[in-house]
Formats: sequence, structure tokens, C-alpha cells
Amino acid sequence: MTASTKSDRKPTLWETLTSPRARGRAETIFWYIVMTALALVFMVPLLWMLSTALKKPEEIFAYPSVWIPAEAMWDNFRLALTKYPFARFIMNTFFLVGINIVGELLSVPVIAYAFARLRFPGKKIFFILMLSTLMIPSQVKMIPLFAIFAKLKLTNSYWPLFLPSFFGSPFFVFLLIQYMKTIPRELDDAARIDGCGTWGILYKIILPLCKPALAIIVVYTFLWTWNSFLDPLIYLNDINLFTVQVGLSMFKGMTGVEWNLFMAATLVVTLPILVLYFFAQRYLIGGIASVGIKG
Amino acid sequence: MLRTWKAMSKRARTEALNGYLGILPWVLGFILFNLGPIIASVYFSFTDWDIINTPKFIGAGNYIKMFTRDPLFWKSLQVTLMYVALSLPMKLAAGLALSLLLNLKLKGMNFFRTVFYIPAVISGVAVSLIWMWLLQPDYGIVNSLLRLVGIEGPQWFWDPDSALFSVALMSVWSVGGSAIIYLAGLQNIPPHLYEAAKIDGANRWHSFWNITIPLITPTIFFQLVMEMIESFKVFTQAFVITQGGPLKATFFYMLHLYQQAFEEFNMGYASALALFLTICILIATIFVNQTSNRWVYYEAEVEERA
Repeated sequence: MTASTKSDRKPTLWETLTSPRARGRAETIFWYIVMTALALVFMVPLLWMLSTALKKPEEIFAYPSVWIPAEAMWDNFRLALTKYPFARFIMNTFFLVGINIVGELLSVPVIAYAFARLRFPGKKIFFILMLSTLMIPSQVKMIPLFAIFAKLKLTNSYWPLFLPSFFGSPFFVFLLIQYMKTIPRELDDAARIDGCGTWGILYKIILPLCKPALAIIVVYTFLWTWNSFLDPLIYLNDINLFTVQVGLSMFKGMTGVEWNLFMAATLVVTLPILVLYFFAQRYLIGGIASVGIKG
Repeated sequence: MLRTWKAMSKRARTEALNGYLGILPWVLGFILFNLGPIIASVYFSFTDWDIINTPKFIGAGNYIKMFTRDPLFWKSLQVTLMYVALSLPMKLAAGLALSLLLNLKLKGMNFFRTVFYIPAVISGVAVSLIWMWLLQPDYGIVNSLLRLVGIEGPQWFWDPDSALFSVALMSVWSVGGSAIIYLAGLQNIPPHLYEAAKIDGANRWHSFWNITIPLITPTIFFQLVMEMIESFKVFTQAFVITQGGPLKATFFYMLHLYQQAFEEFNMGYASALALFLTICILIATIFVNQTSNRWVYYEAEVEERA
């Protein structure tokens, strides 16, 4: 405010309101209002789910709608989890998540290391082939794969749902190659002089430096396995083997009245993903922003 | 390849052998889970096959049935194309608009980013159930709120006229994922371009149309292709909420394929359907790619060569 020191005249109210600084502040406030309103709209579905999950049966169909139940029915969660075997589904899915993470972590680093660091004839062709598989919709492979697993008598088991991860997902291989390329080769050379072999370099030098990329792989494997629907739907028949998503889909098209229990079950199934999201947000958002992969 | 092999030193050969060893899991996976199934799919599409008995070769029979004797094929194709045309512009515009908001220089933006991205990590089944209850015509919160201001809301998923739109609307909720990708594109735009434009007297509107939009066309292009492929494959929402109804208004292509394969066990016919879907996606992708050099601006290429 250098101008005001030169003249004694106080700025009029109109001048204060239209000064660049005031206009800037008004604009900031405007955008905060827009963002907050939009954030609320985005949260309505989740809040509505939570609210319904805690309602008494008579409150579900009340009009005008009740947002905050008179009494939080925490018992709904117990009812939902005993009425439908969701505890079982959750254990099953955690088991699949674990085994898929092991599969990816065993295979992806080895493949990515070969592509990122080792020289061999035909590497370029193999790399292009790998990227091209990212473009092929999985639907075209679905029926022959189902036939193979049926022939091997492996349908209605977890084999079709975890076996592919032991051969490395091209998405993750690509991500790890990009990451490994940022690690200076001088480190490899120094380790080699110290007597480290080809694979020793990978496990002792390079992988410890790839932890952020490995974290992205772990987090996305968790997310995709947890949310996977079509594959478990096709392969699993026995309700004791169901994953959370197939379990949830049993409520499909229903015209029932137990919306509080349905929403309680949906919330329980969504909760692990929300927890994962809040703890690993950095990797989830960093992952899609850097490679453009979608969750 | 053999000649290069002979010319290699012993050390280079060891390295190459290690390289092949390293990519071996991927090569096996490629043959077992990609190449093999794709070739098998092409063969099965020319057979009559119920998965129990051996496939019987029937030439182009499945394709003839598809185009001439299966009204559900045409219906599902029409529904899916309508859905692509309806949801794609909605999702592209919403994602871009959201990313522009997230790109504002405000304190606490990380909080908003967290909020907007949450729906993108929730599974399709959970999202479908939540929206089914949200848009429930009599007791759902949306119609309840509309009634408060005196509007009788539509029947959403339960009316053939609004069902497809409801599915598209629901997909917009998960737009946070693409907003993050747009945001990465926006943040790559060098700030000095805006400063230079400002000095030249451009207002924000000019800057947006002449700097922001051209420079993020590569991201828009990427999103267009990815979202288009996703829209062709939409399945979960219809499977969980509508089962293709009402009156087949949401009878998506993938629902038809699923029913033919895993409910009717017409595996040969379903293979033909899957192959046709793949070809449709391929043609649409090539078409979009062909138009890209007319509207996608690749600054990086110019800069890298310079």
C-alpha cells in the first residue's frame, strides 16, 4: 500500500471493495465455495450409504429422508455379516490379494530388470509385443481361458484368479522398467567390481532403490484384486469360495426392503479399500499420474 | 539373430542368456494367457460348441447368425454405441472441468483431491449398489431432495427412457481418476506461456482456449481412447442393477456375451461375439488415432528434436 503513504486520503468503501486485493480475496472465497459444494455432492453417495447402514428399518422409508438416524444401529453390521457370509468373503479376498502380491513381486522385478538392464537379441520385439498386450481387451481371451481351466478341472478354485500374476502383469513390468531406468548404471558397475553377479545386482542394489515403484505395484494389486468382479463371477460357483464383489452382487436387482443391511454390507466391503486409500494415497495417485494407468 | 549370436563375446552371451531367463515368465505368460487364447478364440468362433462336447466346425455360421438371426445382437450393439456416445462426452468434460478446479492455487487442495478421487477406487459392484439405492424412485435421496423443491424425479434405472442416462450419470461420479491424469497434463504446461500471453493482453478465456486446451490435447486424446474402450466393455452396472432392463434399455453388448457364454453355454457363438467386440474396439481406436494428427498437439516431439 505504497499509494496510501503518499496521500492522506483514506480509500472510499467502493475503492476498498474493488481493489485488486479485495477482488482476489473474493475470488478465492468464491472458488472455496464452489469446491466445497462440489466435494459435498461427491460425498453424498457415501454419506447416504453410511446413514442408511445405521438406520432402523422404519427410518429407511421415511419421508422426508432422515440423514442422521435417531439411534445409530451398529447392530446392523453384525446382522448383515451373520445373515450373509461376508466375513468368509473378506477372508477369501484377502487370501487372493496376498497371493497375487507375492506373484507379482516374484515375477515383475525379474522381467523388468531383463528389459531395463540386460542386452539380448530381439529385446525390442519382445518389448513391443508386451506393450501390445496392454491394448487387447481381456474379453477376447475370456472364453478360451475358461475352457482351458475347465479342462484342467480348475474352475471353482482360485487357480484361474492368481496364476496369471505369477507371470507378471505387463502394466507393472512397464512401470518398473521406467523406474529402473532412472537408477544410474554406475551403481551396477560398482557392484560388479565388488564381485556382485547379474542377479545379485538386481536383488542387492536395484530393488532396494525401487521401493516406491514396488509400493505402487503392491497397492494396485490390492485394489484390482479386491475390486475384480467378472473373473471371480465366471470361475467361482461355491458360495464358500466367493470373493467380496461376487458376494455383494448377490444383492443384484433386488426389490427387497433390507436396504440398511445391504448398505452395511456394501460399507464393510468398501472399508478396506478406503483404509488402503487413506494410507497409500501417495502411491495410488502417483501411480496413475505417472503412467496413466487407471484404477 | 543367429549371426549376431555367433559374433557375440562369451560375456555378452552370458548376459543375453540371463536376459532370456529374466523375460521367461513373461514369455510363458504371453503364450499361455494371450497368444494361445486369442488364436483359440478365432478358431472357436467358427465352431458350434457347448464346452462339454468337442467343438464342431460350422464355418461362418456363428457370424451369419449374429448378423441375420439374432435381434439381441443388434439391440445390444445399439445400446452400447448409444452409451458410448452419451457417456464419453460427459466423462471427458467432467474430468477436464474437475482437473481445472484442482489446478487452482488454493490452500488445502490436497484435501479436495483426496475427496474427489475416493469414488474412483471403489469397486463397480459397490458403486452400482450405492447408486441403485441413491436413485431409488420412491425412497432414494435424490428424488426425496427433488420432491422437497416440488419436482417429481424420474424413475431413473426403472424407466427405459432414463435408464441408460442413469448408468452414464453414475459413471461420472468416478471421474476423479481421469481428473488426476488431466491434472498431470495441466501441471506440465510451462507457466511462462501464460505470463507471456498476459503481457500480450490476453484474458483468462483467451489463455484457456489458446494455451491450455491445445497443450493438453495429448492427454485428452489418451483419455478419449481409454474411456472409449472402457465404455464398450461396460458390464457390471447392468449386471448388478438392471439385468439389461427395463425393456432391454441397458442390454449392453457384454451382458449379451456373458449370457451366451456362461448362462447358455453357446461358447462358439460367444467367441464370435467377443471377436466382433474386439474388432469394433480396434476400428474405433484406429479411427480416433487417424483423426489425432488433426487436433492433437505434440509439443514434446518438437522440443526433443530441437
